Amino acid sequence: MQQIIYFFQKFKYFLFFLLLQIIAFYVTVNNLSYHKTKFVNSTSVVTGFFFEKSSNLSEYLNLRVENKSLAEENTRLKNLLSIQFLDTLHREYSIIDSVKYFQKYSYTSAKIIKNEYSKSFNFLLIDKGLKDSVNTDMGVVNSKGVIGITDACSKNYTRVKSILSYNNKINARLKNTNFFGSLTWNGKNYNTIQLEDIPRQAPLHVGDTIETDGKSAIFPEGIPIGKIINVNRNSTGNSIIDIKLFNDMSDLSYVYIVKNLHKLEIQSLEN
Amino acid sequence: MLSIKHVFSMIGLLLLQGLVLNNINFLDVINPYAYIAFVFFYPLHKNRFPFLILSFLLGLGIDFFSDSGGVHTSSILVIAYLRLSFVKLFFKELESDFTLFTLKAEPLNNVLAYITTLTLIHHLILFFLANLSFQNWFTVVINVFSSALFTLVLVVSGSFIFRREA
Repeated sequence: MQQIIYFFQKFKYFLFFLLLQIIAFYVTVNNLSYHKTKFVNSTSVVTGFFFEKSSNLSEYLNLRVENKSLAEENTRLKNLLSIQFLDTLHREYSIIDSVKYFQKYSYTSAKIIKNEYSKSFNFLLIDKGLKDSVNTDMGVVNSKGVIGITDACSKNYTRVKSILSYNNKINARLKNTNFFGSLTWNGKNYNTIQLEDIPRQAPLHVGDTIETDGKSAIFPEGIPIGKIINVNRNSTGNSIIDIKLFNDMSDLSYVYIVKNLHKLEIQSLEN
Repeated sequence: MLSIKHVFSMIGLLLLQGLVLNNINFLDVINPYAYIAFVFFYPLHKNRFPFLILSFLLGLGIDFFSDSGGVHTSSILVIAYLRLSFVKLFFKELESDFTLFTLKAEPLNNVLAYITTLTLIHHLILFFLANLSFQNWFTVVINVFSSALFTLVLVVSGSFIFRREA
């Protein structure tokens, strides 16, 4: 007995260090695994408060750029509306529009209050949470393309796992075809991500657009992602394609959260 | 023992790191991690539990701010635990002198060696844990050294600016 007490006396700091270290490792692993409740993240009340205050301050610096991109989006939407108006005016019309697919989604707008792009696993924080009926595993997009997937929610804030993460695995396809692959990121450049597991026979050319395919109940069909800048075909058939993102991931501000209205139904069938 | 001054300096460093230094992104990738100055300048005590607990909480706070799981906690704990051995190694201190020990009174060379060693250990653990694989290990090593340089410049110049005349 005395031996044990002596042992604890002698190694008390090391044992305490070990205990704290185990907690830290548990948190690290927990943070990156899917479908687990995450305790340590920036959606908590305190960090959310601080990020919101600091984002309110720095928002003014980007107003010009932000206004320009909103104006561009408005122009695009107005053009779409005017086409529809024309449609109803004249009986004879033809629409050449391959982007409109059957949609079952609703959108909620949100502001990014913390952005990251320089680590191996990047997370963003947005100012909508459970009380705005935002939940985990919803897509996050903006007018230029895909940004990420929500992964932890608190009452007022939501953490978004950026597409700039090693293990993002978002489904994507070549525009106007049904050849699909999954997105990964090699962590080198925040402007380029990689597309893997796309079939060999897919007609890939530099400059082609990559968009989401609607197979995953998270993103709607046809949200743009980026364009091909490099095709590395190798003999094993695992060609890795570099894609330049349409979004500048270091300069984001307002986003939309995509809610799939049929998600529960789809999941109940899949499980 | 656990003076309120240290708790406040911990919270100050936490906010400085979480709200300012995490957003520097020099050349898109390099960030200083100056919060580890807490470990360098915390006074030596016989009872090390308060120091370990405060370091743990500081690391956890940084992790809350930077969504990095527990990697900052792990790495700051390691240097907090190893600190005493390095103090003994670089400054040849005896246990009876601990209460009088301050970095100000020590020769600058030894202080720099002490700070550099701890910073490099911390950054190596931090970046490899944050990467969570040996993918891109070369980029990781480059990041370790460039960030360590940035941290060192910040910590050393900061300690000169805020040095109080005793």
